[in-house]
Amino acid sequence: MEKTPHTLPRESYTFSSAVNAEIRRAAATGIYDIRGAGTKRHLPHFDDLLFLGASMSRYPLEGYREKCDTSVTLGTRFAKKPIELKIPITIAGMSFGALSAPAKEALGRGATMAGTSTTTGDGGMTDEERGHSEKLVYQYLPSRYGMNPDDLRRADAIEVVIGQGAKPGGGGMLLGQKITQRVADMRNLPVGIDQRSACRHPDWTGPDDLEIKILELREITNWEKPIYIKVGGSRPYYDTALAVKAGADVVVLDGMQGGTAATQDVFIENVGLPTLACIRPAVQALQDLGMHRKVQLVVSGGIRSGADVAKALALGADAVSIGTAALIAIGELDPKWGAEYAALGTTADAYDDWHEGRDPAGITTQDPELMKRVDPEEAGRRLRNYLAVMTLETQTIARACGHNHVHNLEPEDLVALTMEAAAMAQVPLAGTNWIPGKTGL
Amino acid sequence: MQTIDLATTPLRELNAALQAQAATTNQTEWLIENPKGAHAIAVGLDAPIEVTVNGPTGYYCAGMNKQATVHVKGSAGPGVAENMMSGTVVIDGDASQYAGATGHGGLLVIKGNASSRCGISMKGIDIVVYGNIGHMSAFMAQTGNLVVLGDAGANLGDSLYEARLFVRGSVKSLGSDCVEKEMRPEHIAILKDLLERSGADAKPEDFKRYGSARTLYNFHVDHAGEY
Amino acid sequence: MCGIVGLFLKKEALRPQLGNMLTDMLITMTDRGPDSAGIAIYGDEAEGLKMTVQSDTPQTEFDGLDGALEAALGRKVTMKVVDTHAVLTIPDDAEDDARAFMKARGLRVMGVGSAMEIFKEIGLPKDVAARFGIRQMSGSHGIGHTRMATESAVTTMGAHPFSTGDDQCLVHNGSLSNHNQMRRVLTQKGFAPQTQNDTEVAACYISSRLAEGANLGEALEGTLDDLDGFFTFVVGTKNGFGVVRDPIACKPAVMAETEDYVAFGSEYRALANLPGIEAARVWEPEPATVYFWER
Repeated sequence: MEKTPHTLPRESYTFSSAVNAEIRRAAATGIYDIRGAGTKRHLPHFDDLLFLGASMSRYPLEGYREKCDTSVTLGTRFAKKPIELKIPITIAGMSFGALSAPAKEALGRGATMAGTSTTTGDGGMTDEERGHSEKLVYQYLPSRYGMNPDDLRRADAIEVVIGQGAKPGGGGMLLGQKITQRVADMRNLPVGIDQRSACRHPDWTGPDDLEIKILELREITNWEKPIYIKVGGSRPYYDTALAVKAGADVVVLDGMQGGTAATQDVFIENVGLPTLACIRPAVQALQDLGMHRKVQLVVSGGIRSGADVAKALALGADAVSIGTAALIAIGELDPKWGAEYAALGTTADAYDDWHEGRDPAGITTQDPELMKRVDPEEAGRRLRNYLAVMTLETQTIARACGHNHVHNLEPEDLVALTMEAAAMAQVPLAGTNWIPGKTGL
Repeated sequence: MQTIDLATTPLRELNAALQAQAATTNQTEWLIENPKGAHAIAVGLDAPIEVTVNGPTGYYCAGMNKQATVHVKGSAGPGVAENMMSGTVVIDGDASQYAGATGHGGLLVIKGNASSRCGISMKGIDIVVYGNIGHMSAFMAQTGNLVVLGDAGANLGDSLYEARLFVRGSVKSLGSDCVEKEMRPEHIAILKDLLERSGADAKPEDFKRYGSARTLYNFHVDHAGEY
Repeated sequence: MCGIVGLFLKKEALRPQLGNMLTDMLITMTDRGPDSAGIAIYGDEAEGLKMTVQSDTPQTEFDGLDGALEAALGRKVTMKVVDTHAVLTIPDDAEDDARAFMKARGLRVMGVGSAMEIFKEIGLPKDVAARFGIRQMSGSHGIGHTRMATESAVTTMGAHPFSTGDDQCLVHNGSLSNHNQMRRVLTQKGFAPQTQNDTEVAACYISSRLAEGANLGEALEGTLDDLDGFFTFVVGTKNGFGVVRDPIACKPAVMAETEDYVAFGSEYRALANLPGIEAARVWEPEPATVYFWER
């Protein structure tokens, strides 16, 4: 007798193996999943935009011979000493504590060679990073770990952190494994405990108070340092406008692809605005206030290549900032540690337990043995190379569009491949003059 | 004695003059007239000078102070002596929210009452309040001592780390993970010293000590409701 | 996000000084709110109701407005034009008809009351105060506001104070997080906010509670349960004014009381030049606590 045919085993889309695994994990531990890195879901991104390039109606510049400037000056509004960068790509805030000392040093070395700035993080400024970063932006965070006026004064700029793209509106919780003696000393915390970070600053709330906080910071630093305001992508039009009203020199806008050292997965994946969708509203706010290019806009969150840089600039940013990409450049997620990633139950490219301090690459760890794997000089050179490639790529695109400065890229140089990207970036769908919500067919 | 009148001198000039003083200065006494609630008065000082502010101040008076003694003859606005590193700040009147917030060192004395969030996130500063303190005081306080001769408002010491809280009067309520603790001889000694240095007339034995129960130091699902 | 000032006079002789004192207080709060400014003055009680209306083209709109309204109502009307605002005095029972008349002409009603007049415009507080001659105004109490707009537009109608009931006004510092939901509830109840501003929702909430029979204290208490987010409210009525802060209370507020007055400021700077401030009782209003003064 013939067997009755069976249907194939069919996994539920709703209850996929990943979903089921998370339910089992939650049931076993009673704690939400905390991890590093940024969102892993698919989002409309710069990949969905294309440059038109020059042909008959526009004339391109000759590659490598006709100059295409990449310099950018940040902090021209009020600061006596604005920051002049050779390239429009900066290194985003990442703390000593989240990263090992050699990793921080490598970032400083690479950025300095490339003529750009690095940024401290939640945990204060170390002598190593100050020493190896020609231009160092000092983050002023709700926790104020390691915060002191001497470091404030030896910084080149101050970044008041309101939020970050991975968790706009959220504080943090860094599990105890990474709070070593040195990290604990810098943060005035007991060794090995979970570090809970506040979501609001301890001594001001809202832009009207922030204006007064900025006054204090300027008074303490002789009005020399540019004051950046960093916000996570959530309501970029209002946040940018309010940062300007509160007196910012620079607005740093971090989309939801932006990384984090340790945050609840539910936050990373479900809160925030894709980077692509952040830029136009922020630029609109600056334009409405007559402040575009006067208050500089730095965009971050998922920037990987010169194409991404060029697209962010074309949409109106003055510069971009990279975090995750810089870590990969200095050796994070390197497949050469594949066996060790496997031992941790993951793969090189999927590894995200940055908070656990067991990073085989020696970057997101405080383990003295693991961090020896980072050679700051070699890693610094790798970062310099990567920044050079991104810059060359950006110039290549700008020249192809006929621009002698990357800041002359404009939205009209772009088209979108998808309706989503066309709507978010407010550029026409490729081959049409249709911008959803803006123009007719 | 140098006198600076804020009615006629811009804030920038005032702070620049005070910030320019070095440890070896012989201009050690400064008087600031007509503060009228202005913000960021005497911030970022780093010299052993004595600054008297003759009237009420606005936000962040004596912010990030090092070494200097700042005496406000009046009340202080939000964030007085925020992130102080060392030195002494004395407020004759009341202090608004966030007094001594994130302070790393030094002594802050408030002779009147302090409002909400006094000593929030303190990291080594000592704070003595003659009167009462408001709600959410010593929230996430890490190290240092907070001494209150009067009463404490709601949620004292919420999410506390290792700061010591001494309260003579009543406590409206304790925040998550904050508990009353035994007053041992070493605590009496700390308190006696702080009361003496701040000129407060009180007996150490009359205070109760509060500190962290340390149940939130490492996450456990049984405490999820406390977060 | 804003600056608030309020002044409630206990001493009759100070009435002619009210506008002058409030103007100085308002100007000190410019940094907190450079976008627009507004003030509600509780002046002399009119015989009838005072309706304050606004027009962006006052020269044409206010020309002959009183006569036209008189003709429409068939009743006596007086009018005082102050820059972009006009205060019309109408019979007590003519409010609905007058509102309909104004609406048909495209004029915006800023507020109605037997004592209250409201003046608000886009611009710096000193300019707004000068345009309306606030310094010269006398009265028993008043509330002023400087606005740093957060999410709703910088417009005249988006400026504070908001008035959603006769002789009632409300100003706000903070940001509400459930105003959209509350807007739908209030609209169903017949207290629909006219703007997208979160503060107007709070004003409508108070008006709805008063209409339901609550006294002002109860209505202010209700904000603690029913409104979510961050707020310091200062509320004016014909006879007094009230203050309430949300339970988290991280927006600033300071009050002063002497035998002559009760004053409110977002910062002490607003109070620093009031007469006798050195000897005043100065304190911060407690969170989740309603304060109210009535004559």
